[in-house]
Amino acid sequence: MIYKVGRAVGLTIFAVLILLPVLVVVFGSFKGDLELMTKPLALPERWSFDNYRNLIQGGEIVNNFRNSVIVTLFSVLLTLFISSLASFGIARMIHVSGRVLFVMFSLGLAIPAATSIIGIYQLFVKLNLTNTLHGLVIINVASTLPISIFILSAFFRQIPSEIYESAAMDGAKPFRLYKSIALPLSRPSMGAVAIFLFVITWNDLLYPLLLITQSDLKTLPLALLDFRGEYAINFSMIFTAVMVASIPMVAMYLAMQKTFVSGLTAGAVKG
Amino acid sequence: MKTTETGARKGASLRPSKLGSKRQGSSGRLARANDRALFLMIVPAIIMYAVFYLYPTLSNLRYAFSEWDGLQEAKFIGTKNFTRALTNDDIFYKVLGNNIEFTGLVVIFQTGLSLLFAIFLLKNTRTSVALRTLYFFPTIISSVSVAMVWQFLYEPNLGPINTFLNSVGLDFLALNWLGSETVTLRAIAFTQVWFHTGQMMVVYIAGLQQIPQELYEAAEVDGASRWQQFKSVTWPMALPTTAVVMAYTTIQSFRAFDLVYAMTQGGPNNSSSILVTLIYLTAFNELRFGYAATQSIYLVIFILALTALQRRILRTRY
Repeated sequence: MIYKVGRAVGLTIFAVLILLPVLVVVFGSFKGDLELMTKPLALPERWSFDNYRNLIQGGEIVNNFRNSVIVTLFSVLLTLFISSLASFGIARMIHVSGRVLFVMFSLGLAIPAATSIIGIYQLFVKLNLTNTLHGLVIINVASTLPISIFILSAFFRQIPSEIYESAAMDGAKPFRLYKSIALPLSRPSMGAVAIFLFVITWNDLLYPLLLITQSDLKTLPLALLDFRGEYAINFSMIFTAVMVASIPMVAMYLAMQKTFVSGLTAGAVKG
Repeated sequence: MKTTETGARKGASLRPSKLGSKRQGSSGRLARANDRALFLMIVPAIIMYAVFYLYPTLSNLRYAFSEWDGLQEAKFIGTKNFTRALTNDDIFYKVLGNNIEFTGLVVIFQTGLSLLFAIFLLKNTRTSVALRTLYFFPTIISSVSVAMVWQFLYEPNLGPINTFLNSVGLDFLALNWLGSETVTLRAIAFTQVWFHTGQMMVVYIAGLQQIPQELYEAAEVDGASRWQQFKSVTWPMALPTTAVVMAYTTIQSFRAFDLVYAMTQGGPNNSSSILVTLIYLTAFNELRFGYAATQSIYLVIFILALTALQRRILRTRY
């Protein structure tokens, strides 16, 4: 009895703690700032799209959105391609050399990215890669390779080698085995890794902050920081920008919950 | 190309005994060709990682021994940076203390709450699944967005939290959440727990579902209460999962750069700064690149020591 009541109370409190801020943001993006401040939780008096219109007419956010899409798409696809190739190689290479590489890649997993920023910044300045979107793609790929390889090579190892052997007997080369056996079999884990990469790349602040200063090249999280300066305490505008930045992820989450949860927890457990 | 060849040869020399049994029928020459092909598949990853991540990370070792504003030539100053951080830098110690407090708070509350909610939502009923979806939700939002939302909630004069506290007569609790040196770090820790508890709950649920049902049935036959069941079945059986959750939460709390930077930039007066934000600000606001590299090295040492310690404690308790 005590357990049941405690459970219900605990679950309700945490549910409210998550729901309330979400509602404040969603409703707030349709309100004026005064209304948001005085009645943060109430439904908007009228559902006005003025904030969205002003934001988009400001122009910059469209740019930021496009930059985020470009950077995320290329980063995720490239990481997936390079890491799946490497994972296959590592998993299929017999013993020592494969394991050495595996250790090398997993070395960086526990260390926060922020410890590398000085060297990365200097290198990217030297190579003229600051203030470019492809520079951002490069650092995203390089920094997410270890975790992707970690997850994928664990999966590739689980594929029984008999499956490869029969194909190898027919003379199939490693790349063929990768393309026509390993990849199709690994679709679920590739999906999970893809989602994981999507979320961390789309949401990342550190690397854009480090490498991008030109406002037309900024991605959404970085632009959001500028917004705060620009709109000072105009939270309804800020929340509108938060909505724009979050909607793609939220839509994907609602459409593919299972892949999201497994992808983000795989990243957690392995990371 | 040179590395490729030596690598392939090395791989080939290591394999015969193992390989013979694994790939019967393939001649040695074919196996070697295959190994070279396999190695070629790894090369793009090695190059990307080594050039753009490993090399810049290791170059900390060089910068850390110099005084350098990032623009002019670096000046070699030996181990001065290292001794200064330890003996003559109050801010470094303050931030180290902050980081320990932040990590401690987050690890305790995030692990405890995620275990509690995992137990509550273990059964796959419709309500449980819906609540899991809701609790997990913050995980997919960017730290910057989360920071904006909580800046509003914590706003000292008109923000919802203080408005609520004032309206129910708890004025003394209506603090300046992100503007006072005493509570800001804790307020950010609260947001971090709010942010990631759902994610760790999912990890726990996966772990708890592995526990054989018979153990609970046996405990029930013995007349064990819920608390006794937890103490003698759930907790010991979930220890490996707890180890994973705690290790990840620790690392995650050290990585909370985005959240801290977006919420307070470490202020006021460094009271909410953690090591990763300190490194960034030392390098890019104060233009002391050499010193920031030294701080990075201390951070790495600190994390490695902490992970080793954690692993040791949890291993002895299995």
